[in-house]
Amino acid sequence: MTTVGAAGILLGKELRLEFRSRELLSATIIFALVVVVLFSFAFDPTAAESRRYGPGLLWIAFLFAGSLMLNPSFSREQTNETLDALRMAPISPFAILLGKMLANFIFMSVAELVLVPVFAVLYNISIVGIVWRLVLVLSLGTTGLVVTGTVFSAVSAQARMRELLLPLLLLPILTPLLIAAVESTASLFQEQPSLDRTRVAFLAGFDIVFLTASWLLCDYLLED
Amino acid sequence: MKGRLAYTGITAALVFFAGYAALFLAPDEATMHAVQRIFYFHVGSWNAMFCALFVVFCANVAYLLTRKQKYDALGVSGVEVAVMCCTIGLVTGPLWAKPVWGIYWTWDARLTSTFILWLLYIAYLLLRGLLEDPEKKASLSAIFGIFAFLDVPMVYLSNRLWRTQHPQPVILGGAGSGMAPMIAKVLVLCIVAMFFLMVLVFIDRYRLEQLRNECEELRFEIESRSAQVQSLPPSAAQRMSS
Repeated sequence: MTTVGAAGILLGKELRLEFRSRELLSATIIFALVVVVLFSFAFDPTAAESRRYGPGLLWIAFLFAGSLMLNPSFSREQTNETLDALRMAPISPFAILLGKMLANFIFMSVAELVLVPVFAVLYNISIVGIVWRLVLVLSLGTTGLVVTGTVFSAVSAQARMRELLLPLLLLPILTPLLIAAVESTASLFQEQPSLDRTRVAFLAGFDIVFLTASWLLCDYLLED
Repeated sequence: MKGRLAYTGITAALVFFAGYAALFLAPDEATMHAVQRIFYFHVGSWNAMFCALFVVFCANVAYLLTRKQKYDALGVSGVEVAVMCCTIGLVTGPLWAKPVWGIYWTWDARLTSTFILWLLYIAYLLLRGLLEDPEKKASLSAIFGIFAFLDVPMVYLSNRLWRTQHPQPVILGGAGSGMAPMIAKVLVLCIVAMFFLMVLVFIDRYRLEQLRNECEELRFEIESRSAQVQSLPPSAAQRMSS
């Protein structure tokens, strides 16, 4: 079976599992909403201030929500030791990782799809004219988040205190992604929106570097 | 053993002379005066840290390829030494910055990147502490080490897009860089001294890690043998213990 085909099957399994209960997704969305609302209580921003701090807040909410959401990705497999079953299947280990990455990407995207319009309304930012450019930035940023996050979820699932460990491992690694994503979102939220090519290229570079690294290292990551 | 003693002696002499040269031989800097002398150790500790981290990266890759326990020991000792050097750099920097810049800390490219680097390698050590199985500990921390090493240039690049307040590189830094010959000589001496000191601590830490592993193996063997003895019939157990 090809890697992509196997990843597709695993993606289907992850989606079925999640949409049966929708627990993870609703918890992630509510958590990110709580962060967004708490921010407005903590700083009480004016319109100009929300334009300035909004992008940072949005990405901090995504990163925190993501680092919580990615936790069960592998630890869920440990309850019935189903990861061993997956490893026994005649597929490449990268297919397992890729299937989970795709599933996590879809979950994060759904959460963002709900969150961004709510954010735009609450902070009075118009996103009508910049939808496609915003989608590009969001999807590049989310790819970087889920690629590193899924790998580290596999790492932290095997440790003690894994719920606490994952954000500790993940958030410092994501600093360059956070900076580039926030800056390019900020230039989209300006009165004259523009897409910064360097930052978008940087985001794409981040995704490629860590996707390649996880492809090279997945044999070691998922071995028993 | 003799070689180790000689190396320790050379390092002690180098550190002593470097300290003396930095405090008394180096000329007074025109604008910063005595405060500038911290620069010799600041630069030296960063240099030592990068050398240690490079060894760590090579050790991480080598571990994953060969599965030899010694590379894991090399990795963890290197990270501990690098975190030590990084801490020295992060402490001496603000001490210098307060009188010169007027503030201890600024969110500048290099300061931010090294702070993130420090956090990343602290996370590496935390991760090791939280993994039980020795082989998992070695391979998973090696994977994290490789990710962290790949991340460092990107942290720097992303920060570089912001305004930077750190002094421009004085060595090979382009126009306006360069320093007085005596300052350069003292700096080289200090860099070499810090490097030797780093290697000394590194080797000692590596030996400690190896001894710890040996201890662990012996303990494991004693336990398995005593379990063997207990499972034998009483007469055979008596024969084995006598």
